[in-house]
Amino acid sequence: MAAGNLDKYKSDGTKLGNLLEWVDARFPATAMWRQHLSEYYAPKNFNFWYFFGSLAILVLAIQILTGVFLVMHYKPDASLNAAGVPVAFASVEYIMRDVPWGWLIRYLHSTGASAFFIVVYLHMFRGLLYGSYRKPRELLWLVGVVIFLVLMATAFFGYLLPWGQMSYWGAQVIVNLFSAIPFVGPDLSVWLRGDYVIGDATLNRFFSLHYLLPVLILPALVVVHLIALHEVGSNNPDGIEIKKKKDERGIPLDGIPFHPYYTVKDIVGVVGFLMLFSVIVFFIPEGGGYFLEYNNFIPADPLKTPSHIAPVWYFTPFYSLLRAVTYPLFGIDAKFWGVVAMGAGVVIFFFLPWLDRSPSKSIRYRGPIFKIFLAIWVVCFFILGYLGVLAPTPGRTLVSQICTVIYFAFFLTMPVWSKLDKCQPEPDRVTAK
Amino acid sequence: MSCDEKVDCGRRRLLVATATAGGVASVVAAVPFVASWMPSERAKSAGAPVEADISKLGPGEMMTVEWRGKPVWIIRRTQATLDELPKLDDKLADPNSEKPMQPEYCKNQYRSIKPEYLVAVGICTHLGCSPTEKFKTGPASGIDADWPGGFLCPCHGSTFDLAGRVYKNKPAPDNLEVPPHKYLSDAKLVIGEDTTGA
Repeated sequence: MAAGNLDKYKSDGTKLGNLLEWVDARFPATAMWRQHLSEYYAPKNFNFWYFFGSLAILVLAIQILTGVFLVMHYKPDASLNAAGVPVAFASVEYIMRDVPWGWLIRYLHSTGASAFFIVVYLHMFRGLLYGSYRKPRELLWLVGVVIFLVLMATAFFGYLLPWGQMSYWGAQVIVNLFSAIPFVGPDLSVWLRGDYVIGDATLNRFFSLHYLLPVLILPALVVVHLIALHEVGSNNPDGIEIKKKKDERGIPLDGIPFHPYYTVKDIVGVVGFLMLFSVIVFFIPEGGGYFLEYNNFIPADPLKTPSHIAPVWYFTPFYSLLRAVTYPLFGIDAKFWGVVAMGAGVVIFFFLPWLDRSPSKSIRYRGPIFKIFLAIWVVCFFILGYLGVLAPTPGRTLVSQICTVIYFAFFLTMPVWSKLDKCQPEPDRVTAK
Repeated sequence: MSCDEKVDCGRRRLLVATATAGGVASVVAAVPFVASWMPSERAKSAGAPVEADISKLGPGEMMTVEWRGKPVWIIRRTQATLDELPKLDDKLADPNSEKPMQPEYCKNQYRSIKPEYLVAVGICTHLGCSPTEKFKTGPASGIDADWPGGFLCPCHGSTFDLAGRVYKNKPAPDNLEVPPHKYLSDAKLVIGEDTTGA
């Protein structure tokens, strides 16, 4: 917490002042405002990468708003209507064709899902660049990874709702991942589906969870994330602690109040984001088949898997990890180890604060090993993501296996090379132009 | 927990006992919610056997019927196909159907009651996609030059022969499931029911 004061507001005699004094005597409004905005001191050297946290909150708000309105027309029902089309699929088409402005609300929501992952991936990458997960921000990072997991679950649940071919078979594959767990797996996957195949029971519970997670759990986690952030203070592109140099009032010399300085900066980010977002929503809402997959415009058919199925782009790097494992190990099928690899690909982020032993946090002062390894890792992440949308061939499987090894080696060998790397001395004060 | 003179140990014990009882009650209260996710009685009873008319199925052809929401394939194999099957054994993960993926009466070379007809659940044993028929042999199949005909799962590339047996070193661990079935007549087949009373 910055050097704010917790004094109650004293009215200046105006009607509005009297009202605020009355509220403040009963609720810590002024204290919260100071603590989190007007007297929360953030480093003055934030750059482009620092837009994505506030943008993630914006996208969450867009998703909740559009989602609430979509639910007013959507029907989670897998039974067939008089025309022989599943009711859920037909209700999405109804939103697109008959509900006034329904197409816009739906496209905002479907594009918003992809935008959410773009923004969150960039936000996480910022953490990698500047060492934002390092002490004392480990807990902040852990909460962030939990948010990422909940976000993935939410996106997965939501993807079933249009009840298209990709919805159906995607859910079939992911739920069956759990059946690979020895002993309890098969029963667990039946429990998750509520039926022996993906069906109406599955659709309804996914719909329920697609409401619960983003509307209740995600905002709560975001609040925890922000409280943790404001407790330890923001990191910055130099990766040094601004709290080490304070003035006589206890305010960091390199800190500026979040409001108005960063609220104004973030508005610039919001405007830029909304411009790009609008272009996609209005001109390429399907994102070339990556944001809305073509096969999902065909109603779910439990008897026929489309000739090519792939998850939506934001899951494909992890999906490639799953497909890369083709050898059994310790007498357990390759299927189980593929699931383990996919899970480990996400879970490994939890350990990052303790894997990194570098003396400096920010890439600006880290040595060539980190820069080269991070670049290779990013390239592998993109290759895995690209291969994840393609059908498997022996050659592609081999490439994905190489990338999988590099993906994990980057993390697992980090305690060694992050210590060896030749870091430059960090400055005493942040550097800003 | 240690008790000293400042703590009333009787009250502390009561507190611990109350908290424990409350905790146990909360866990027990979760049971109905967790159990509500199991298949409903209606879902359980929906698995009635289905009949299939195979009289119009020509040699080398395949038909699909729905049983318990899953595709069940019926494939009429040619003599050439049946002759080919034993030659594939060394490429397969479980050529002799050792794993219980079929009823006892189908644990044979052709994994079927009548060699000519294969009945199999068309769901890949990897992650549950429905494999695609690749009956064309050789390079025309797009798989490999000596492909003898079979199935390719579009999701993760597992391949199966025309007895539903999985090839080695593929993601799918097991052969395709052969469901319980029996012949009512030469032209009629019932799936989901057999003569063993299962």
